[in-house]
Amino acid sequence: MLRFLAQRVGSLIGSLLVASLVIFLVIEVVPGDPAAVMLGVNARPDTIAALRAELGLDGSAVSRYLSWVAGMLQGDFGVSYTYRTPVAEMIADRLWVSVPLALYALCLTVAIAIPAGLLAASRRGRMGDYGVIGVTQIGIAVPNFWFAMILILIFAINLRWFSAGGFPGWDEGIGAGLRALTLPAIALALPQAAILTRVMRSALVDVLGEDFMRTARAKGLSQSAAIWRHGLRNGLIPVLTIIGLQFAFLLAGGIIIEQVFALPGLGRLIFQAISQRDLIVVESVVMLLVFAVILTNFLVDLAYAVVDPRLRKHP
Amino acid sequence: MSGGRRASWSFLTGAVLVSLFAIAALVSVIWTPHDVSGMNISARMKAPGGDYLLGTDHFGRDMLSMIMAGAQTSLAVAIIAVGIGMAAGVPLGLAAAANRGWLDELIMRANDLAFAFPALVIAILITAVFGPSAVNAIIAIGIFNIPVFARLTRGAALSLWTREFILAARVAGKGAVRISAEHILPNIANLLIVQGTIQFSLGVLAEAGLSYVGLGAQPPTPSWGRMLADSQTLVGLAPHLALVPGMAIILSVLGLNLLGDGLRDMLDPKLRVVRT
Repeated sequence: MLRFLAQRVGSLIGSLLVASLVIFLVIEVVPGDPAAVMLGVNARPDTIAALRAELGLDGSAVSRYLSWVAGMLQGDFGVSYTYRTPVAEMIADRLWVSVPLALYALCLTVAIAIPAGLLAASRRGRMGDYGVIGVTQIGIAVPNFWFAMILILIFAINLRWFSAGGFPGWDEGIGAGLRALTLPAIALALPQAAILTRVMRSALVDVLGEDFMRTARAKGLSQSAAIWRHGLRNGLIPVLTIIGLQFAFLLAGGIIIEQVFALPGLGRLIFQAISQRDLIVVESVVMLLVFAVILTNFLVDLAYAVVDPRLRKHP
Repeated sequence: MSGGRRASWSFLTGAVLVSLFAIAALVSVIWTPHDVSGMNISARMKAPGGDYLLGTDHFGRDMLSMIMAGAQTSLAVAIIAVGIGMAAGVPLGLAAAANRGWLDELIMRANDLAFAFPALVIAILITAVFGPSAVNAIIAIGIFNIPVFARLTRGAALSLWTREFILAARVAGKGAVRISAEHILPNIANLLIVQGTIQFSLGVLAEAGLSYVGLGAQPPTPSWGRMLADSQTLVGLAPHLALVPGMAIILSVLGLNLLGDGLRDMLDPKLRVVRT
């Protein structure tokens, strides 16, 4: 297990290094001088020179890359050009919206998908199954930002149950915060729930065909008891993998939903940074999102190895 | 999904929906009911019906004409993005399967890494550097598609390499490149077509999302995603502004998915396609 862990950690670090290099190189190929790009066409040469020095652009690409990585390792993401505040602080503020939103959406996804998948698998080939498949087919086709607009139209504009956007902050109480995140989380969760339902259904259908399920039925368990006691546990392994991957996706996908609801999360930060050409912020937020995906994959791998010991020997 | 009847049902529904959008996109090149960018302030936000079958937007532009022209953008972006993914991903996957060893290792590690960059994140990076445009959206979605096809191709090709007919081809003196092109590729074509349909539908969704947040097609290029973004503050006054482009996206994506499912069942019921 220790060797497996060491191997996985090694590949985690390797992936992060290469990812950071790719992001750095892409930002590096900005046509022309990044300082001039940031300041716009009318900037005076001395202002550009001052910004160049401030950004450390006078050094070589290698030394800039190394100092960027070294800074990040110490939690220093540099200083935003437009806001003159440390990028790490700006990101930390926004994470208080984006991470709870992704977690909320993940909980909803699981809460919808597991019962729906169970229902479809246990009624395989009957009306209930076709109903669930049909709904998931539509769920996969619905763009989440459009669904978000429809939710606003129904629940905020017509019924006035929720506000159409904005975030009061967690200082106003957890209830108020969760309330503001409810419609965004539903919008984010729906397409993911449709995908997870299909995974859950097909995993369970595979398990139901296994010999041990026949044995369970043969020893007198009812269909539902057999699914509950033996099927669910074995069927959940692939489902857990997808749930892990979905969290990373929800965090990145939340960027668009945050725009719909005007939530002050990572999405707003990155789109403002793009329009203001604040490349330091873009670079850091992108690195953070990629880091989240890579780290989640790593944790899923580890969880897999814990659940299925065979994988430790043949990673 | 089981049963031949269901398969043909989903194939037919999918084919009808996809053809409808393809025809709308093609026709819009030479004809639309009204001028796509023609504003008519006196006919602002008209509900569907009468002169304007799908209503008008806040500038009095005909929604049907915009949907038709938007189909052109949407389908073009998705087709080219799938093309990029296949053109780069399939040869990479074939090469990885033919040369187990360092090349395989390198390609697969690069693939793992590419999976860490969702299309949205690639688009953000590209846009931050080069500015937003439909071309950059195509590149972003295309890059995202490469590892999907590389992984699928490698997996399918690996199992073929152990088969007798490949061994026969090797005994006949054919090299890895020729075997990949003449024997492996034709045998995985079905799989690639099915996955291509699915990536196509994901491409339509991604294009809409990118245009919605302003990272995709720029005005005056018509785009479903931007129609939704424009309608956002007006949706309470005129719900059709959001419903019409939304339904266009949903029906075209649904059509592509049904077509993909139908094709899979028709071409080979045992095929398993990875959804990402």
